[in-house]
Amino acid sequence: MTTRVRPVAGIAVVALGVVALIGLLIYGVKATGPGHTLDDAIARGERPAAPAVVLPELEGGSTAALGDYRGRVVVLNYWASWCTPCRQESPLLERWHERVSARGGTVLGVDSLDVTADARAFIRRFRLTYPMLRDRDGDTQKRFGVTGYPETLVVDRRGRIAALRRGPVDDAFLRRTVLPLLSGSA
Amino acid sequence: MSRRLIVVAAALLLTGTSAPALAAARCPKTSLADVEDEVMCLVCGVPLALADAPQAQRERAFVTGMIRRCSSKHEIESALVAQYGPRVLALPKASGFRLAAYLVPALAAAAAAAALVVAAARWRRHARLAPRDTIPERSPLDPLQAARIDAELERYRQ
Repeated sequence: MTTRVRPVAGIAVVALGVVALIGLLIYGVKATGPGHTLDDAIARGERPAAPAVVLPELEGGSTAALGDYRGRVVVLNYWASWCTPCRQESPLLERWHERVSARGGTVLGVDSLDVTADARAFIRRFRLTYPMLRDRDGDTQKRFGVTGYPETLVVDRRGRIAALRRGPVDDAFLRRTVLPLLSGSA
Repeated sequence: MSRRLIVVAAALLLTGTSAPALAAARCPKTSLADVEDEVMCLVCGVPLALADAPQAQRERAFVTGMIRRCSSKHEIESALVAQYGPRVLALPKASGFRLAAYLVPALAAAAAAAALVVAAARWRRHARLAPRDTIPERSPLDPLQAARIDAELERYRQ
């Protein structure tokens, strides 16, 4: 009798271990993978609150928070100097920064996973004047569901995410999303 | 005088040409391959040695530049951490879900060791309890068979 019970108990223990490992794997994929809750919320027409982000400024040793820009429309742009589409997009963002800064808006760059010297050279090359933060290990990008470069989020005056673009922005996107926030109609 | 000048010039020349060689000899023997399997491509989430993304290429160029400037592996890794943060090192951090990277192998090793101990104990118990007299040292011959063998041997001797 006992000779039959023992193999069953062994198999049960092994099966339990396998199930636990698979569970751990599924949890790991879900916990470390990119989240799409922001995209879903915006697609539903909601405006989720932007995560609190505090980062060092690229130039100088001080830090800045996204919350510091409350009351302004922020075009939050994640970029890196090695990212080819970022080179094409940056001049457009600079033009938009010049265009909206007098109307209560700003472009805010977040240089991520980049060598500081490269980032500074990039800024000089494209004569970018908008404020720049540095997220050296990409710690904050997960909170915005950023999975690639460039990605841009439009944050309204109340600190809520009104729009996002996974990929380079174009003039039409900025017109459609930023101008209504500046005029206060959205 | 001219002889002295020649000697001095030769000494200067020798010092000048051997300086880079000496510097190279003083360089720590760090190779790209040695570094890139211990650091991560942060965009790809794999070791740098396996990655070919633009960020990986930039990171590789950064490492190569430091190797050319005679930096040691430790100096390169410190510089990479300064640029990209501690996540650039291939060792996972021991907190949150990544703690599983340390816990799961340790638990698996402990389970394997426990299984070995149990199996060994069980084997020893079976060995101790097994009847030792199941196989007689000398099996007695059937009398008929013994008589037949004796007869055969007798015939053979004749």
